[in-house]
Amino acid sequence: MSSLAAYWKANQLRLTPWLFLAPGMFMFAVYVIIPIFQSFSISLYDWDGLGARTFIGFDNYVELTDDEAFYTSLKNNVIWLLLYLLAIPAGLFVALFLNQTVTGIRLYKSLFFFPFVISQVVVGLVFAWFYDPSYGLMNVVLGLFGVEPIAVLADERFVTYGIIAAGLWPQTAYCMILYLTGLNAVDPEQIEAGRLDNAKGWRMLWYVILPQLKPATFIAIVVTVIGALRSFDLISIMTDGGPYGTSRVLAFYMYEQAFSEYGFRMGYGAAIAVVLFLIMMIYIAYFLRRMWREETEGL
Amino acid sequence: MFPTPIERTSPGVRIVYKIALPIALILWLLPLIAVAVTSIRSAGDITAGNYWGWPTSFNLLENYTAVFTKSPIGQYILNSFKVTIPTVIFTLVLSCMTGFALGIYRFRSNLIIFFIFVAGNFIPFQILMVPVRDLSINLGVYNTSWALILFHTAFQTGFCTLFMRNFIRALPYELIEAARVEGVSEIRIFWYVVLPLMRPAIAALAVLIFTFIWNDYFWATVLTQSAETQPVTAGLYSLNGQWVAAWHLVSAGSIIAALPPVLMFFLMQKHFIAGLTLGAVK
Repeated sequence: MSSLAAYWKANQLRLTPWLFLAPGMFMFAVYVIIPIFQSFSISLYDWDGLGARTFIGFDNYVELTDDEAFYTSLKNNVIWLLLYLLAIPAGLFVALFLNQTVTGIRLYKSLFFFPFVISQVVVGLVFAWFYDPSYGLMNVVLGLFGVEPIAVLADERFVTYGIIAAGLWPQTAYCMILYLTGLNAVDPEQIEAGRLDNAKGWRMLWYVILPQLKPATFIAIVVTVIGALRSFDLISIMTDGGPYGTSRVLAFYMYEQAFSEYGFRMGYGAAIAVVLFLIMMIYIAYFLRRMWREETEGL
Repeated sequence: MFPTPIERTSPGVRIVYKIALPIALILWLLPLIAVAVTSIRSAGDITAGNYWGWPTSFNLLENYTAVFTKSPIGQYILNSFKVTIPTVIFTLVLSCMTGFALGIYRFRSNLIIFFIFVAGNFIPFQILMVPVRDLSINLGVYNTSWALILFHTAFQTGFCTLFMRNFIRALPYELIEAARVEGVSEIRIFWYVVLPLMRPAIAALAVLIFTFIWNDYFWATVLTQSAETQPVTAGLYSLNGQWVAAWHLVSAGSIIAALPPVLMFFLMQKHFIAGLTLGAVK
C-alpha cells in the first residue's frame, strides 16, 4: 500500500467532509462572500466601471446624506416593509378559509397558490394592465360606481401602494401555503381540549391555534421581510421607478445609479447597496441568533 | 382540525361555503383570467377597446403563432432552459455534497460554515451586483448563459445546503454507523447509503430551483443583454416595450413564459410544497 493510501485510510473521517465541502464552498466564496467585501471597497471609490478608480473615502456616503432620491427610496422601503407584512394575516385568513376537506379542495389550494409560481415579471405586467386608466379592469369597475378613473401608476400619491398591492398577491399565496402546512400539524387533542373549555372562534385561534403556528409565522415573517427589502422586479416592470422617481426603493435606485443611461456610477451604487445590506443585516442577525440557539440546544 | 370542519356545521353554512369557494377563487385569479382571455382576443377587439366584454372571435392559434413568428420568444424560452437546467443539476450536485459533509460529520467549524451558507441566502442581490458583473466580464462569460449558470449555482447552493443538511440530519444515523462497522469507505457511504435516501429532497429542490431560476429577472438584466442570450423574463420586458398597444400579444407571451414553472408545479406539487414549507412545522 502506498503511503498516500495509508494516510487516506487513517484520516478518512477527518478529510472526507472537507473534500465534500470544497466545491460548494469555493463557488459560494467566489460568487457570494468575496463580492460582499468587494462592494464595501468599491463604495469608497469614484468609478465608472471601466476606467481608473479614484479613491474618495466616504464621499459617496456623504453624498447620500444629501440626496433627495435616496431618502425617497428609503421612505418607500419602509412603506414596503410595513405593508408587505399584511401578507401574513392575509395568508393566515386564506389558509383558514381553505383548511377544509370538501371535495376538490386540493385543487382549490393549488389554484390559490398559483400567483406565487409565476414570474414577478408576469405579475407586474398583469397588474400594470389591471391599473390602466383607460381600459384597466380596476377603472372599469370603479366606473360602474361613477368614480373617475385613477391612473395609479402615474400618480405620485398612489404609485408605491399600487405596486405593493401587486406584490402582496404572490406573497399572500406564499404565506397561505406556510400556514396550511402549519394547520395540518396542529395537535387535534389540544383543539378538543380547547373546545371542552368552551374556547371558540377568535379565542380558540388566539390562545390555542396561533401558539402552535409559531414556526410557520416565523418563516412567514422572515421571507416577507426579505421579500419586501428585495423588491426590484415589480418596480422595474411596472413603473421603472417613476413617475419622477417616486416609486424607487433602495434596491432599484442602486441599480439605476450603477447602470443608468447617464453613465455608470459603480461606487455610488455600491454605497447604496451597502446601506441596504446593513439594514438587512439586522434581520439576518435576528434570524441566525434564533437558529443558533436551536442548533446548540441539543449539544 | 381548525376551523371547525364544514361537515359538522349547519346545512346553511355548508351551502354558503360551497358557493363562496368558487367565487373567492375567481376573484383571486381575476387578473390571470383576464390575461388568459385577452391572449385569445383579436387585434380588432383590442383597438375597439373591447377588453372586458365577450371576444368577437377566438384567435387562440393566430395569437400564439404570431408571438412565435413575430418575436424571438422561442429563442428566449430556449435561453431560459439553457440557464435553468444546468443550474438545477450543478446546484443539486454541490448541495448534496455540502449537505452530506455538514449533516453527517462533527467537526469544529461545522456550524460556522453552515451558518455562512444560510446567511448568504438573505443578503440583498445589489451588494453582489457590481462585483459579480465584473467577475463575469473578467471570466469572459458576460452575456452568455454561463454567466447566469455560474452565479445562480453558487447562490442557490446556500439555500440547498440548508435544506439538504437538515434533511440528512433527520435520517437514522445508525445506518451510517452500521456501514462504518462493516468497513464501508466514507465515499461509498455517501454514494450507496445516503444518496438513495435523499431522493425526496432532491426532487423537492429540483422543482423549487427550477422555478426560482426560471423566474429570475434581476440577474438576467444584469448579466445578459442581447436577444441571443436573454432569458424569457428579461425578453418579455423588452417585448412589452415594443408591443405598446398589442395587449393580446403581450398576454400570449406572458402565458407562454409562465407555463414551464406552472407545469412543473402541477406535476410535482407535493415536492414543491415540501420544499417551500421547510421549517414551517416542528
